Amino acid sequence: MQVGLLILGLILWEIAANLKWIDPFIVSSPSRIWRLFLEYAKNGNLHYHIFVSVSETIVGFTLGTVLGLLISIGLWWSNYWAKVVDPYLVILNSLPKNALAPIIIIWVGAGYSGIIVSAITVSIVVSIMNMYRSFISTDGDKIRLLETFGASKFQILTKLVLPSSIPDLISTLKISIGLSWIGVITGEFLVSKAGIGYLIVYGSQVFKLDIVMMGIVILAALSAVMYKIMASIEKRVLKWTE
Amino acid sequence: MDNTKVVEINNLGITYHTLEEETEALKNINLDVYYNEIIGIVGPSGCGKSTLLSIISGLIKPTLGDVKVNGKKVDKPLDNAGYMFQKDQLFEWRNILDNVVIGLEIQGKSNDEAIERAKDLLHSYGLGDFIKSYPYQLSGGMRQRVSLIRTLLLEPNLLLLDEPFSALDYQTRLAISDEIGTILKKEKKTAIMVTHDIAEAISMSDRVVILSNRPGTIKKIFNIELTCSGDRTPLKCREAQEFRYYFNEIWKELDIHV
Repeated sequence: MQVGLLILGLILWEIAANLKWIDPFIVSSPSRIWRLFLEYAKNGNLHYHIFVSVSETIVGFTLGTVLGLLISIGLWWSNYWAKVVDPYLVILNSLPKNALAPIIIIWVGAGYSGIIVSAITVSIVVSIMNMYRSFISTDGDKIRLLETFGASKFQILTKLVLPSSIPDLISTLKISIGLSWIGVITGEFLVSKAGIGYLIVYGSQVFKLDIVMMGIVILAALSAVMYKIMASIEKRVLKWTE
Repeated sequence: MDNTKVVEINNLGITYHTLEEETEALKNINLDVYYNEIIGIVGPSGCGKSTLLSIISGLIKPTLGDVKVNGKKVDKPLDNAGYMFQKDQLFEWRNILDNVVIGLEIQGKSNDEAIERAKDLLHSYGLGDFIKSYPYQLSGGMRQRVSLIRTLLLEPNLLLLDEPFSALDYQTRLAISDEIGTILKKEKKTAIMVTHDIAEAISMSDRVVILSNRPGTIKKIFNIELTCSGDRTPLKCREAQEFRYYFNEIWKELDIHV
């Protein structure tokens, strides 16, 4: 049924474009996108664009996750700092982070590094908030149990707080992979010589909306693949849940 | 019964301070617990039963008086006491074997020999087929048994049980309290058990301590002497003719009005 809906949509799109119900110049059509895709794939620069965006996303996502994890562990460790930082996190969380992208790119530089930093900025605040919330919701009696065994704070962290947060960590990762994509594409819109975001901007500037549409389709496919990867990791890691 | 004192509680009192007021939770508690004895503590809710256990285990410091365990004053969390909670507190992400050895792991005592001992205990208490299972695959009673084994593996000479069966349904509760009472006697453990189930306290304990309303003081101590045929197990104790007598006396002492 889910696949059926997609196929039905594609067929309708194709028919509507062919019969000129809608203007194929503006909305493109599946066959035009497909032809363009083959052409770009043959030229050899499509996989380069994909490679650039995917690697920026993965690097940004990984750095953002590691950094976010470290910061949330720090906040869990120190109640004092958690209280100090709390209002800043709340404000940063409601701020649309891609608004920061232009500044970041000026500060960090208009290359891969700027794009990666903007990916980190978009995803990290939500990561920190979710992870920290999960850490502090660790069952107090379980902490007490480990204390009766004479556990140190570090042992409580590694034996209890981190493993019990794994389900939440994974759902955080699922969210932040999407946010990293937002950061990367925003960055590529602003400055880039390659990447899917670059293709989309280029396509719209030369008014070849087929390119824009192809970029979007490729993005959708890539996010679906990454989501699937996360889901399969989740399934493997969470074999202890019902 | 052995005359060695395992726990000595002298003039113990605790007062909680908040910004607005102070609450005296426990007052003038004096109690000696002897080797291989099971003490049941009952009392109205909020009388400080669980606080008393936390003080004995060293997790909370008393305001007045002191507690000695094996002749040594308690001033930090005990490492030779086993604590059992209302819920089994098994770690969902660890299989049963890894769950029972967590205490050993924390104390750096986990080695092949200890793991073999853990397996033996699991086998002898009917959990041999579940060594590689995860907690969600076990019934409530089995989970509580796993949690007892986790406690026993550390070879505590004192067990502190904080309403250990109250999260179980009634039938399981009867069966598991019988089983655990028998295990405690067999392994020659000394135990202090907080409960609000009078029948459970009578059937499992050698002495039942009644705490009063806040501030909790010891109102009365009953020596439970039941005539049971054969081995004394908690379930058989419930058939003893004195059972009803103790039940009524304790109920009267508790003085509960609703």
